[in-house]
Amino acid sequence: MAVNLKNLPDEELLYGVKTCQGCGVTLAARLALKVLGERTCLATPACCFAATTTVYPQSSIFVNNAITAFPALASTISGMAVAAEALGWDEDITFLGIAGDGGTVDIGLQALSGAAERNDNIIYICVDNEAYMNTGNQRSGVTSYKAWTTTTPTGPCSKGEKNRFKKSLFEIMAAHRVPYTATASVAYPKDFMEKVEKAKNIKGCKVIHVMTPCPTGWGYDPAVTVRTAKLAVECGLWYLAEFENNEFKFNFVPKEFKPVEEYLKLQRRFRHLDESDYREIEANRDIEWNRMRKRFA
Amino acid sequence: MSKKAFLSANEAAAYGVKLSKPHVVSAYPITPQTTLVEKIADFLANGEADFKYMMVESEHSAMASALGASLMGARTFTASSSQGLLYMCEMLSYVSGSRNPIVMVDANRSIATPWNIFGDQRDAMAMRDSGWIMLFVESGQEALDTVIQAYKIAEDPEVMTPVMVNIDGFTLTHTYDMVEIPEQEEVDSFLPPYNTTNKMDMKNPKTLCQSVGPDFHTEGRYLQQKAFEAAKRKIVSVNDEYAKLTGRSYGGLIEEYRCDDAEVVLVATGSVAGTVRAVVDEMREAGKKVGLIKLRSFRPFPKEYFESVKDKFKAIGVIDKSISFGYDGTVFSEVKSAMYGSSAKMANYIVGLGGRDIPKKMLEDMYNKLFGMVSGKNEAEVQFLGMRWE
Ligand SMILES: Cc1ncc(C[n+]2csc(CCOP(=O)(O)OP(=O)(O)O)c2C)c(N)n1
Ligand code: SF4
Repeated sequence: MAVNLKNLPDEELLYGVKTCQGCGVTLAARLALKVLGERTCLATPACCFAATTTVYPQSSIFVNNAITAFPALASTISGMAVAAEALGWDEDITFLGIAGDGGTVDIGLQALSGAAERNDNIIYICVDNEAYMNTGNQRSGVTSYKAWTTTTPTGPCSKGEKNRFKKSLFEIMAAHRVPYTATASVAYPKDFMEKVEKAKNIKGCKVIHVMTPCPTGWGYDPAVTVRTAKLAVECGLWYLAEFENNEFKFNFVPKEFKPVEEYLKLQRRFRHLDESDYREIEANRDIEWNRMRKRFA
Repeated sequence: MSKKAFLSANEAAAYGVKLSKPHVVSAYPITPQTTLVEKIADFLANGEADFKYMMVESEHSAMASALGASLMGARTFTASSSQGLLYMCEMLSYVSGSRNPIVMVDANRSIATPWNIFGDQRDAMAMRDSGWIMLFVESGQEALDTVIQAYKIAEDPEVMTPVMVNIDGFTLTHTYDMVEIPEQEEVDSFLPPYNTTNKMDMKNPKTLCQSVGPDFHTEGRYLQQKAFEAAKRKIVSVNDEYAKLTGRSYGGLIEEYRCDDAEVVLVATGSVAGTVRAVVDEMREAGKKVGLIKLRSFRPFPKEYFESVKDKFKAIGVIDKSISFGYDGTVFSEVKSAMYGSSAKMANYIVGLGGRDIPKKMLEDMYNKLFGMVSGKNEAEVQFLGMRWE
């Protein structure tokens, strides 16, 4: 299932978007569409991606596309996929959903659980920028510990987000025994595209959770989106893994984690943190990795 | 030849669905809708029907997957009731705004709190402005026939608007009656396959359900209003066409029963219209000039009809199984405004809430109250009848 970068089409199926410069979400969507090609029917719920690509009379998406309600991405693409089967559409068409983290792990989780349990033939990509960005950066169930957002502001009584661990969409999906689920990062495009390619060739409900940094919400220079995403993985604050045939697998484990502050210090949302916070975040990271290692090994 | 069967209105509606040959049905159970979706499951299990049945995890998803299916050009059906209808409320306007002609049944039931599984029309009326055509039926037979008609209305190129077929909970959904089931060929000759350009297309990719800002928004909503105007005509012509085919007519938007020389009439929606008919017959026999206006289409509302009869009757009473708190019964306020400037006395009777029985005696009382008003007696405009205490 190797993706040969040389053979990727020059043709873009996503261009002219109105996102901020350096938007990780757009990058992920563009890469996914390069792999899936024009035989794709896409849907997106309310989120940055929908708001910046699809406002009448313009669209920057060059495949079939529909906008659906914020909680309803999985159920909408399920309906599309099931109808396509009922109507006898060609089997090589991909039914793709792209939603933000809020639209996935919070308000859309129920519908996604239903689609996963029914094992409808869809690819669901959660583009994770760790907050509700479209509405101006409010926290979600996967906002990083101690991150500043507009609903976890910092002050004498607050150090930002209180949840120590991100909700694990990957494991929630694995618990549904979907045929394929994975985590990914825009800093590892080949890995991500291979996962999309793999998902395309498996029948049933496939879910990919990709980290897509957001310069506007996280507060870093738009030029370093990829570097930021890469540091998250190198510091052990994000990971690349797959679940397939009922087995977990890490795709990449750094030999040694970089100090977390290399990642955190790049971003304005963490600028209130001090040495003790870094050490605490590092300790959390180690707890999480020990847990995952035991489970995934 | 059509055949007759002893069916509940839910089962009758399920036959209507089967005969309409949808591609996709998605549903989530709730009393008193359940026996409808169970009957549909039986059809599939017995090999009597062939479509995709999505057993989703909630009503929100039921309507969202119906939307997804409709976006592909599939004929789709779903059904719900009460809390379920409220739960899918968000999706109702997605479906109507994007002009997807989905047909649903709402088994009318009260809404919590207090929790109550029995029939009234508060659930549907709360969805008044969702952009759905709302038809109410009086019997199991009408339920079956109206589901089939609903597809023809909804899918009309000038209409392209979803339809909610309302069936009173328990009074109809769980009450058995002889129902004539049309032949498949008969229905096929009446209802052509759904054909639309408002769908995804691999040769000519589409953007559907798109965001529309202030620049174009009003125009889209204006087109929806135009579609409802077209629906007014279509509901009537579809009823007439169906009547030619089966011999059964429901009047279209409204049906007048013994109204020609009537002095006093009641406006009724749904199953209670059947009881009113019986009362009209009895009172007519006693020489009282009474009539019934059965309101079949609540949206579009037959404004022109009510305007046209504004000076025809001496008094008009409106029966409501719902109330817009702080104002009037839901149907009454519509009738009143459509009859603006009328010389008739008007009154509104709020009855049947949470499934309370509406006996014939109560309906007779309504007529008598209206006659009282005609002879000069003062009555409160909006009255809750049959209360245990005031
Ligand atoms: C039912 C409902 N609740 C709230 C909203 C408002 N809303 C629109 S987009 C959004 C946040 C989207 O966040 P996320 O899914 O994380 O995507 P992002 O914009 O960050 O990519 C919210 C809260 C809505 N559209 N619908
Ligand atoms: S706010 Fe963030 S996610 Fe949204 S468009 Fe801008 S960079 Fe992308």
